[in-house]
Amino acid sequence: MIYLDNSATTKPFKEVLDSFVTVSSEYYGNPSSLHNMGAQAEKLLSQAREQVSKLLKVKPSEIYFTSGGTEGNNLAIKGTALLHKNKGRHLITSSVEHPSVRSAMEQLEQEGFEITYLPVDRYGRISVADLESAIRKDTILISIMHVNNEVGTVQPIEEIGDLLKKYPTILFHVDAVQSIGKIPLLLKEGRVDFCSISGHKFHGLKGTGALYIREGTRLAPLFSGGNQERKLRSGTENVAGAVAMAKALRMTLTKAETGLVRMKKIQSMLRNGLTEIEDVQIHTPHEHAAPHIINFSLKGIKSEVFIHSLEQKGIYVSTTSACSSKKKSPSKTLLEMGVPETLAESAVRISLSFENSIEEAITALEGFKESADQLRKVMK
Amino acid sequence: MEYERILIRYGEISTKGRNRNKFVDKLKKSVRIALAPFPNVKVEAGRDRMYVLLNGEACEEVIDKLENIFGIQSFSPAIKVERGLEELKQSSLELVRSLYRDGQTFKITPKRSDKSFELDTDGINHTIGGYLLQNIPGLKVNVKNPDINLRIEVRKEAIYLSCQTIQGAGGLPVGSSGKAMLMLSGGIDSPVAAYMAMKRGVEVEAVHFFSPPFTSERAKEKVIDLSKKLAEIYGSLKLHIVPFTNIQQTIREQIPENYSMTSTRRMMLRITDEIRKKHEGLAIITGESLGQVASQTLESMFAINEVTNTPILRPLITMDKTDIIKIAQEIDTLEISNRPFEDCCTIFVPSSPKTKPKREKVQHFESFFDFEPLIHEAVQGTETIVVKPDQKQHSEFSELF
Repeated sequence: MIYLDNSATTKPFKEVLDSFVTVSSEYYGNPSSLHNMGAQAEKLLSQAREQVSKLLKVKPSEIYFTSGGTEGNNLAIKGTALLHKNKGRHLITSSVEHPSVRSAMEQLEQEGFEITYLPVDRYGRISVADLESAIRKDTILISIMHVNNEVGTVQPIEEIGDLLKKYPTILFHVDAVQSIGKIPLLLKEGRVDFCSISGHKFHGLKGTGALYIREGTRLAPLFSGGNQERKLRSGTENVAGAVAMAKALRMTLTKAETGLVRMKKIQSMLRNGLTEIEDVQIHTPHEHAAPHIINFSLKGIKSEVFIHSLEQKGIYVSTTSACSSKKKSPSKTLLEMGVPETLAESAVRISLSFENSIEEAITALEGFKESADQLRKVMK
Repeated sequence: MEYERILIRYGEISTKGRNRNKFVDKLKKSVRIALAPFPNVKVEAGRDRMYVLLNGEACEEVIDKLENIFGIQSFSPAIKVERGLEELKQSSLELVRSLYRDGQTFKITPKRSDKSFELDTDGINHTIGGYLLQNIPGLKVNVKNPDINLRIEVRKEAIYLSCQTIQGAGGLPVGSSGKAMLMLSGGIDSPVAAYMAMKRGVEVEAVHFFSPPFTSERAKEKVIDLSKKLAEIYGSLKLHIVPFTNIQQTIREQIPENYSMTSTRRMMLRITDEIRKKHEGLAIITGESLGQVASQTLESMFAINEVTNTPILRPLITMDKTDIIKIAQEIDTLEISNRPFEDCCTIFVPSSPKTKPKREKVQHFESFFDFEPLIHEAVQGTETIVVKPDQKQHSEFSELF
């Protein structure tokens, strides 16, 4: 089996699962309990927080554990809107965001907020000039993803951060779910106020995640209850999940030190190999692209068909993003990039992890070629 | 241009006459502790200067550490140049060039502690200044408010060049003023008091009163975490944990409720003083701030302080709570102090404690019972732990992370 759908989710590291099981079975106390079992659990939680903060080069008090990317994005966006609705009712985002940002924005629109969706160029990138001209007096939040989940385009987060130094009152949220471990992001220097990450995208477990909230920045909570996570995220803490995520993050960042070079090599091998296949068009740009995603279309073959054909060979890839692929509509990102609808309907996404080897890439390429040949015979 | 060393200027140490060596040694120890994460760094201490030789370690990171060390007035990253006019010219030019941006001004501050050098300070000024002006087009002189101040120090062994003077934390090296015992409750004030005393060179050992089951393990945890923060300043901190349950219960039985707080403080002070004697301290530090709570009125202090004539240092005595909180935030202890566990001060608080207790009355109430054996027992039962700043104390869990 060759698993090339790591942007959908990754396989948890064994060490991560071990930690999860140990914490769940031995330290199951509630961190809020006053007795020693509670103290142990709280210690584990604060150590997890410390480790995550250290790896992200921020303070422990700036890390809030969540249930994943969707929650982090919702909390940052709606929490800001709720708290600052009297200051302004305008938010800016891009037109290629993950549904957890997009839909949160749409929900706010129904509540009377105004949203500007910035267009992207044919590489999937927004322009900082567009962003600046979209800024209004009543703009309260800008939310831009770091790496696009469908094609892998890297957005100009640093430039936006620089620009926003001129606009100190506007808050800046970055959805870094796809970029963590692959593209460095300086939260402190980059003037980022909120940043969401998700554990299962880097070999942690589903249902774990964290939101970075810059010191001194406030949010309205979305969950009411026992005031855990410094009142911002009520609900008994997922201690085992947080510990597992802290470990997964440490392991991933260590692997990235040497793994990124190999990942880039595999990506360019795949890119070159795919280009040689007749009728393949690659959508992932050459520049400003993450090292782990390649999105391409095999002209005339519906993506679903191609994916099932690859599946028979034991190769696992995605149509577009896993989250929206159930809707069976072509990739929003590709359409926004100006890719024609028929071509977008054939789009396939390969996404790598540091666990993928060069041999796997070679085998996968052969698989792509074979499938392409077979399908073309049948479909044409 | 890569800096090769950092030159450290002493603060008040320079005025300390015959004790100077002791001060320099203490400062050297502080610097060594703070720079422990940089194994290649070497520290050379001289009578009026200290040098940190970087040996390839990152200058910026070393600077971050030095900024927090007490006893340093200022410091400058510097380049060492062989004695000789040509070498001096070349290195000066390289250094200024690396910093110069269009239209900037400069001046030279020469200093010549070794008079045998061929040029005097005026000569250095003219020669080097002229050389820089010739070789960097656009560079101008401004002696009042220059963008670049090139300091040239001619010493016997070499010449040192630096362009940047970074303000140090000031104060005196920790340990240079002797040892004192800190009464550490777990609240916001006592860690701040410790920090301020340390800034004036006091070596601090902490005393904490632990009354299980009235105060929990988690309160103790909290105090250990605070100690870890304070330990960052000097590498480690001794924490004495006093079993206090017996005394608290006895006070409840023996002393009228509205005087129980006054009496409790007196007992704490007596015990702390005994521990101070045992560990050869010279003073006791508290986080008291005048009028903040019932035990911190002048009347209370008058009634409580009677039990000892050891100096009691109260660094926060005239400070407002908001200012104390600000410092707690800066030294990163506020968050820990805010954890909501009962401690020795919050438990057994009478509903209306005396804000103006009378000495004679508390003496009278205490006279019916001999507390001495209990105090002795508490001192005997005191557990002393040495707290280190690093995370490794979590080691029971380390394999989980």
